[in-house]
Amino acid sequence: MKAAAFDYIRADTVEEACRLLAEGEGEARIIAGGQTLVPLMAMRLARPELLVDINRIASLKGVTADGETLVIGAGTRQADVLADAEVAARAPLLAEALSHVGHEQTRNRGTVGGSLANADPTAEIGLVARTLDAEIVARSSGGERRIPAAAFFESAMVTTLAPEELLIALRLPVWTAPRTGHGFHELGIRHGDFAIAAAAAQLTLDSNGRCIRIHVGVGGASPCPVRLTAVEDALAGSPLDDAAIARATEDISDMLDPESDIHAGAEQRQRTARAMARRAIADARDRAQAGAA
Amino acid sequence: MSDHDIALTVNGRRMTSRAEARTTLVDFLRDNLNLTGTHVGCEHGVCGACSVIMDGRPVRSCLIYAVMADGAEITTVEGLEGSDGALSPLQDAFWETHAMQCGYCTPGMLIAATALLARNPDPTEHEIRDAIGGNLCRCTGYVQIVEAVQIAARAMREAG
Ligand SMILES: Cc1cc2nc3c(=O)[nH]c(=O)nc-3n(C[C@@H](O)[C@H](O)[C@H](O)COP(=O)(O)OP(=O)(O)OC[C@H]3O[C@@H](n4cnc5c(N)ncnc54)[C@H](O)[C@@H]3O)c2cc1C
Ligand code: FES
Ligand code: FES
Repeated sequence: MKAAAFDYIRADTVEEACRLLAEGEGEARIIAGGQTLVPLMAMRLARPELLVDINRIASLKGVTADGETLVIGAGTRQADVLADAEVAARAPLLAEALSHVGHEQTRNRGTVGGSLANADPTAEIGLVARTLDAEIVARSSGGERRIPAAAFFESAMVTTLAPEELLIALRLPVWTAPRTGHGFHELGIRHGDFAIAAAAAQLTLDSNGRCIRIHVGVGGASPCPVRLTAVEDALAGSPLDDAAIARATEDISDMLDPESDIHAGAEQRQRTARAMARRAIADARDRAQAGAA
Repeated sequence: MSDHDIALTVNGRRMTSRAEARTTLVDFLRDNLNLTGTHVGCEHGVCGACSVIMDGRPVRSCLIYAVMADGAEITTVEGLEGSDGALSPLQDAFWETHAMQCGYCTPGMLIAATALLARNPDPTEHEIRDAIGGNLCRCTGYVQIVEAVQIAARAMREAG
């Protein structure tokens, strides 16, 4: 399997990459880590005329803090985010999710922006972005805009990013309240494989152990990652005992719209999503309680 | 479509050649530089046979176009032996435990495990399985491969 022939240009700056995308009129494509695009090109499911390589644009790499937001450059390798001390301390949900993304060798190349732009329904990074209501920063020759994760994912493998837009960064809100905990669970055929379904949760408890803030998201069980606001509403104010979690997630299937494929049927994905959501919420609760002790 | 002059430092030697943009790093190593130790299996990133160390990190060379790697330092399986031509402790342990049958996965396994031992001299069995988790072996069942990495880790720690 060999890719069809193409032209290649290494962009040195964001401006140059944006200009090449604009001039490419839809025939130019960004290559970041290549961990998804190179296989697609090998199978000739993608045949871009021009590849614009953004791997050496230094300004797209790294993790910085902007007040209570972590800004993760789109070109930052998944392995570097996983090893980042600030991410581990301030966005542990993302760190835990990243440990499920492929293997060491794919994380050494694959980028945060590439995963978001690819919008695989099972992708862990997109699930965390949706669960925490992150923003995605996009730039074109016409200017820059911030897209809330809820408005970024359109359907499976489709985003609202325009063909001439370059993804610049992920802006992840940091929860600074005490007694905050996170949980992430996924089921795959093997560790490192794409998930059948995954769930992420982050919550804060008050000093009496009642839940005062909670976000829950599920991936792999709908065309896009979804936030389960009905589950969140049912659990807000509760002490988060296992019975309450079970009750709140009982009808989770009504909120999901999974596909059947060779890895799992739709019903299995729904049931898996429910089990993963319960575990993720329970882990988040336990960690929040441990943080209070 | 575009052709490119590509320079790499492979196993400590600077090597150059010219290739089409669509040439993957593994094809460039094998066909342009005649370094056929690195194997190519699936050509789409799932088997790990093509693993090489690029700028200090294990990567899949079928998922990188050679032109993207221009200027990089690459270690392939040919670069694992000592300057005297002796097998590395890891290669020696693969020999000892017979951690292969057909040998197709072996270069990728050696690269993945070499990278693991470079950053973690005393890995647990779980850490070893995680490090080679992206490398498929259709013959051995992995048991002797894990054992070989454990033996090599011990030998390397004892040798300091
Ligand atoms: C064996 C294997 C296992 C994997 N397992 C998982 C897994 O469990 N979970 C998971 O989520 N992923 C998994 N992946 C895919 C993951 O590794 C990729 O890193 C990710 O999907 C794409 O990131 P990339 O940087 O490699 O992007 P590329 O492959 O370079 O690009 C992907 C797409 O995004 C576009 N793009 C990239 N960067 C930008 C940007 N800055 N602006 C605009 N568009 C951009 C490209 O044009 C392309 O369309 C796996 C891959 C392999 C090979
Ligand atoms: S040949 Fe590269 S991963 Fe299979
Ligand atoms: S020895 Fe045959 S694939 Fe591993």
